[in-house]
Amino acid sequence: MLLARHELKASYAFVERNFNLSRRYWGWEVAFLVYSAAGALSISFIGAQLGDARLLLTLMVGAIFWNYLSVVFSWIAETIAVERWEGTLEYTMMAPVHRSTHLLGSVAYAMVYGLIHTAAILIAMILFFPNLATGSADALTVVTFMTLGSFSFVGIAMLAAILPLLYVERGAQMTFVLQSVLLLVSGVYYSIDVLPGWMQVLSHLSPATYAIDGVRRGLIDGAPVTELTGDIWPLIVMGIVLIPFGLWAFGRAERYAKRTGKLKRVG
Amino acid sequence: MTATLLGQSKTVAPDRLAVLAEAQSLDAALPALLVEGVTKRFHVGRTKRPVVAIADVSLRLERGGIFGILGANGSGKSTLIRLVSGLLTLDEGRVEVFGHDIQREEMAVKRLINRVSVDAAFFKKLSPMENLLFAARLYGLDAGRARGDAIAILERLGIARKRIDRPVEQMSRGMQQKVAIARALLTSPSLLLLDEPTTGLDPRSKLDVQTFIEDVRKNHDTSIVLTTHDLDEADRLCDRIAVLNDGRVVAEESPDGLKRLVAEVHGQEPTLHNVFMTYTGRSLDDDVEEDADEPTDSAT
Repeated sequence: MLLARHELKASYAFVERNFNLSRRYWGWEVAFLVYSAAGALSISFIGAQLGDARLLLTLMVGAIFWNYLSVVFSWIAETIAVERWEGTLEYTMMAPVHRSTHLLGSVAYAMVYGLIHTAAILIAMILFFPNLATGSADALTVVTFMTLGSFSFVGIAMLAAILPLLYVERGAQMTFVLQSVLLLVSGVYYSIDVLPGWMQVLSHLSPATYAIDGVRRGLIDGAPVTELTGDIWPLIVMGIVLIPFGLWAFGRAERYAKRTGKLKRVG
Repeated sequence: MTATLLGQSKTVAPDRLAVLAEAQSLDAALPALLVEGVTKRFHVGRTKRPVVAIADVSLRLERGGIFGILGANGSGKSTLIRLVSGLLTLDEGRVEVFGHDIQREEMAVKRLINRVSVDAAFFKKLSPMENLLFAARLYGLDAGRARGDAIAILERLGIARKRIDRPVEQMSRGMQQKVAIARALLTSPSLLLLDEPTTGLDPRSKLDVQTFIEDVRKNHDTSIVLTTHDLDEADRLCDRIAVLNDGRVVAEESPDGLKRLVAEVHGQEPTLHNVFMTYTGRSLDDDVEEDADEPTDSAT
């Protein structure tokens, strides 16, 4: 019980620290939010220009939920990169905190931050497209896919966070490339059917493919969760497999970094 | 309940008491730090031979003592500190902190140690207080109490209360280093690893830090490992000094013992500068020039 309390308190340390970082970098936070909202609106206007309400909704869902998933991914994937950049990585690794506790704090903040960030973009969308009809939407489907999508994406983000541990110079860049590939193959703005065959294989490995498809079908078509088991089970499997695997791989990567001296500050 | 923090009697939180109790429960007969036959190699390429950064080093620091490590740049001082910190794995040998094996009881060791490195590593946009509270939470301290303790330590180090909530990046290098020391002290480490804590500081800041280290040793049950380039600092603060050269301990004695040794065996003036020259084959000035010219070797 005492141990759990200590670990929770330590987890909260990461939440509080990340909140303080967001507060201190508030100018960049505003700039990033404006950029994200502008990007989401720009894409949505393509649907508006074509006068196709379904296309408009499809693009909006893609823009909003990709924003959420990418923000969550970034915060978790940059857990190590940020500390390496600031030079604090060795101090955090020295602290008497389990890595699962460390990552739990990063994940908790990422999800809360992602929800707030995405809510702001959603408000911008509603202001620009007030007459959008989503009357048949199934809220349970939307919430279910958003939740499952978050957790399965966390596993991939944990794996991505390892890269800056393994590759001092290039790790953060590799994480960025991985995020870009996920955007490309996950059918965020289009059906994955239009992708080349080899890319569709990658699409099926991305949790975002199932999460965004599920949200879209729940929001636009009003499909109940029970009709979307084909999208649900891959997300559940990915969450169950990727999160423990991510934690295990993180531990192995930390061990490797300690063996090769890669925790050392660079720059 | 009360406990002593930097000579001030004050109320201490239950969480903090647990840490202090753990420190007090440490067997006084056990050395604070035991390093036995430690070797660390770095593989810098598939075709190149591994670089031996630390070679068969053994040290023993008694509880409450200050153990100095002198050596030229690249001699392995920081690598040794990282090995003791658990930031590097051992290739050979063993390290114990108050009887806890660093590899088998990693978490127990982590709770007992903290470190100050030559570069004051912080989230620079955050304030000293935000950085210190982050550290306090990681070590399981109550945030409210930690805040009070942090203010007391920072003020003792000469950092005014009005500076405590401003970003660290607005502080001078000397002040940042004092905050780094405060961060380490806040967690009540039983073993404090100071890796060149005064390098690059102005004389006043250096003196403040040295005085503070003396205070910590006097009023706080903390054992200290200190690496330094400042021979006067080593002479003033350390009970024992090991001279490290190419990853090996080439001499180990009390400061006076080393000076005697260099006078009696090598017929030189009994100064630590001559000790350094004799056992490392270089002067401290060479070392400082090299420090300015050469890029950091990732292996050391």
